Amino acid sequence: MQSLYPPIVNGKAVYDLDSQKYIRVWQGPQHPGVTGNMSLELDICGDQVIKCNTHVGYLHRGFEKLMERRRYINCFPIVCRICVPEPDTNEYLFAAGMEELMGVQIPEKAMWLRALNLELSRLASFLMHLGGQSGAFGMGTVAQWTIAYRDYVLDLFEELTGARIYHMYMTPGGVRGDIPEGWIAHTHKVLDGASKLLDEIKHVMLNNAIFKQRAIGLGVITPEMVDHYGIVGPNARCAGLKRDVRKDNPYLIYDQLDFEVETETAGDAYSRTCIRWRETHQSIDLCRQILAKMPPSGAVHITLPNVLHLKIPAGQTYVRAESTRGEYGYFMVSDGSEFPRKVTVRGPSYSHAMALLEDLLVGVNIADVAGLMVSLHTYPPEIER
Amino acid sequence: METLYKELKQYFDVDEFSVQKASLAFLRVPKSQLVSLLTHMKDIRGYTHLVMVTCVDYLEQDSFLLTYLLHNYSTHCDLGIQVSISRQNPVMDGIHHLWEQGRVYQRELFEMFGIDFPGSPDVHEPMILEGWQGPPPMRRDFDTKAYSEATYSHRPRDHKEPEEYMKQQLYPED
Repeated sequence: MQSLYPPIVNGKAVYDLDSQKYIRVWQGPQHPGVTGNMSLELDICGDQVIKCNTHVGYLHRGFEKLMERRRYINCFPIVCRICVPEPDTNEYLFAAGMEELMGVQIPEKAMWLRALNLELSRLASFLMHLGGQSGAFGMGTVAQWTIAYRDYVLDLFEELTGARIYHMYMTPGGVRGDIPEGWIAHTHKVLDGASKLLDEIKHVMLNNAIFKQRAIGLGVITPEMVDHYGIVGPNARCAGLKRDVRKDNPYLIYDQLDFEVETETAGDAYSRTCIRWRETHQSIDLCRQILAKMPPSGAVHITLPNVLHLKIPAGQTYVRAESTRGEYGYFMVSDGSEFPRKVTVRGPSYSHAMALLEDLLVGVNIADVAGLMVSLHTYPPEIER
Repeated sequence: METLYKELKQYFDVDEFSVQKASLAFLRVPKSQLVSLLTHMKDIRGYTHLVMVTCVDYLEQDSFLLTYLLHNYSTHCDLGIQVSISRQNPVMDGIHHLWEQGRVYQRELFEMFGIDFPGSPDVHEPMILEGWQGPPPMRRDFDTKAYSEATYSHRPRDHKEPEEYMKQQLYPED
């Protein structure tokens, strides 16, 4: 049988696209199986991918450049837009970086409220991901359930913060407000419902023969690849590595909560889905723990001088938090003026969607490209920030 | 972290060591020793995770400050290794042989700051700004307003007052 792969000359595969043996197709930027506005340039032979190039830049808004021209407080409407399904991580990290450079401490109640907000946003993002994962393998039912259920979580955000998607709830020095009356009861109701929904998802998706057949063995990440590609979060945990920023470098009040880092050993798309399914349960459990342990009263923010004229002492720092996709970080440099000198966003998708995806896709059937891409859980704005 | 700095001092010309917090420190290294220091940190000191590579443009000092942030998963500490390079001749040695995602960071730095990394795969391919004609946009001397005025034409707008306009549309006889 003739070899599928073209000969490699000087480290590059040489093939003739006009030979009709190889075709170049574009998946995206408008494609239901692509996460966000990015596209994959696939060279295929038969129905197998032999080369992939990731193309980003379809929604480049120059977030980092915009931030250099704005005062610190004016950056908050920008940072939350770097990740649409999970904006709270960005808000928290930007505020935490500012507070660290200023040398201020936020009240204890504000820490609990921030952690609660972060966990709720993780829950919303995981729900969206589980729907996307099953949709990418042609099972749209679960996607409709989870997207619909995510709306109940967004309702909670609306009640707490006044906004559904971009909350801007965490401000430097604390959070904007305390919990409204009756909100905790609503939250318990939504969390109970989400827990029930996850059990149904387990029956329909994780025990589904077709889903298993397609996802098991797809896009295997080995433990050796993890550091080489800079893989973090559930993608690293599916290879058996116990790495979670909430345990390793605890921030806010995560050291007072009781949870275990979820790991799997197979490293394929199915184990990544299982990990995310279990972490959704973990998020629900953490939300309940936070609601039970949170101090009932107390200040939610400290008084800062006029934030429009806030000057931050010169310095540089890096803060990190665990998002649904793994380690999310902000590197902030201040030169003592009212404007940030430089803010660099370290999104987990940066290494997952560019270097890793390009290498994992080689040899994959073209029908599984969407499933593999979604299983890495990437969001392109983190790449082109 | 101080012990680590003292040990590194014996092998490399590191200086300007500063501790930001218990788990994060920064140090400066000359351009020629960067790749050997990164290899040393990765292979011997356990700093196996390349968190990010970034650049800060110091226009007033005529230099770029590159920061390579490494993380150690056993001690959970970060070390930011910084190297200052001239703005006039922005060329740097690549680290794509140490970490696979290094090539992506290098592509971005070439596109956004014009820092060249000879030998890095596809480093001159456009990544985010396809078809970009102007100077590297993340440099501080890049004038966004002048660029947009020179590149894009003004589109005249036909402005209608909403209240008047809707009245005319809905109730033309009034």
